[in-house]
Amino acid sequence: MARYDRAITVFSPDGHLFQVEYALEAVRKGNAAVGVRGTDIVVLGVEKKSAAKLQDSRSVRKIVNLDDHIALACAGLKADARVLINRARIECQSHRLTVEDPVTVEYITRYIAGLQQKYTQSGGVRPFGLSTLIVGFDPYSGVPSLYQTDPSGTFSAWKANATGRNSNSIREFLEKNYKETSGQETVKLAIRALLEVVESGGKNIEVAVMTKEGLRQLDEAEIDAIAAEIEAEKEATEAAKKAPPKEK
Amino acid sequence: MECVFGLVGNDFAVVAADTSAVHSILVHKSNEDKIMVLDSHKLIAASGESGDRVQFTEYIQKNVALYQFRNGIPLTTAAAANFTRGELATALRKNPYSVNILLAGYDKETGPSLYYIDYIATLHKVDKGAFGYGSYFSLAMMDRHFHSGMTVKEAIDLVDKCIMEIRSRLVVAPPNFVIKIVDKDGAREYAWRESVKDAAVA
Repeated sequence: MARYDRAITVFSPDGHLFQVEYALEAVRKGNAAVGVRGTDIVVLGVEKKSAAKLQDSRSVRKIVNLDDHIALACAGLKADARVLINRARIECQSHRLTVEDPVTVEYITRYIAGLQQKYTQSGGVRPFGLSTLIVGFDPYSGVPSLYQTDPSGTFSAWKANATGRNSNSIREFLEKNYKETSGQETVKLAIRALLEVVESGGKNIEVAVMTKEGLRQLDEAEIDAIAAEIEAEKEATEAAKKAPPKEK
Repeated sequence: MECVFGLVGNDFAVVAADTSAVHSILVHKSNEDKIMVLDSHKLIAASGESGDRVQFTEYIQKNVALYQFRNGIPLTTAAAANFTRGELATALRKNPYSVNILLAGYDKETGPSLYYIDYIATLHKVDKGAFGYGSYFSLAMMDRHFHSGMTVKEAIDLVDKCIMEIRSRLVVAPPNFVIKIVDKDGAREYAWRESVKDAAVA
């Protein structure tokens, strides 16, 4: 197989594009990111690796906005992310200029996925080493959406999803615990999912919430408060489980 | 015959523009809004070729928005004015835009400001400015009555005086005007001064 993984433009005999698969490996090593869609809200959460003491943490924003109504979080090579995000932001404005309408979430996802695919079919380049979670509200229908793209250039819509480190465990948790929620309940679900694999506390996760009004980053205190609520609820259910057998 | 003028007050800037869209001897409409809201705290009042006017101001507006997303903070008024001038200058000796612009803005650190940008990429920071035949009258009125640090009421009075002068002294004077204001609370429409309602509405 070693002969078929040097160049992106070469298929292996059993139909693999190894460079793309290696890019997916890079994603699996990136920080965990989770997205959950509610009825009137979409929540993004990203694991924050402990910041170096001297680093100004404000300069490391993991959840960015592409337009007033669209936000993106990613897992993988952050430098590659910068390039994609820049192109996406330009496309959002360009779309507004040519058709006088903001982009739909699906349109900009298709655009980003298209870019990622282009780099799997060109000579002398390598794929982008990141998967993105794109959230937003469609401009006129006001329907919330969550989409995911990956280095191969595929994309699809999700009710909830995770990417990056331990994404399988987070997705399992979401599959077990997902239900249609709204407002604060959706935020709690997203944070609960992320806390499955990340150390608890506002210092270690970045959470942003997209509503019809726009993107809002939650500050550390808010996240800590919700994490505490989640802890309390967990303890309550634990206690409830233990109590009945004793009563019998 | 397009009239655009503006001035800076104590903590706001105001611009007024006529609202007629004219093609040769035909008035297409008399409620055309020529003052675009560039972003939350900037106004761009433009006059000139209507195709160029819309194309150029929309292009500037989208680029200003892009800057904000890329950098997380809005452009200052001075930066936006210089960017606009730069775009006009680059296009000048190839494919010039025939657009005259008054850019009014409010910055938290420096307060209100007004920039005069003409179609051959002249840029001046001014307290009062005007374009078009109406400028002969509005500049004269503003020279007579303007003083720095005017209140909103005083400024609007002066704007009305200018509109009065244009209406009475300019041979094919535009009947309707729109006035927009920008201050610490943002850029917004202040009022219309209509002497002729659009035919369809009547």
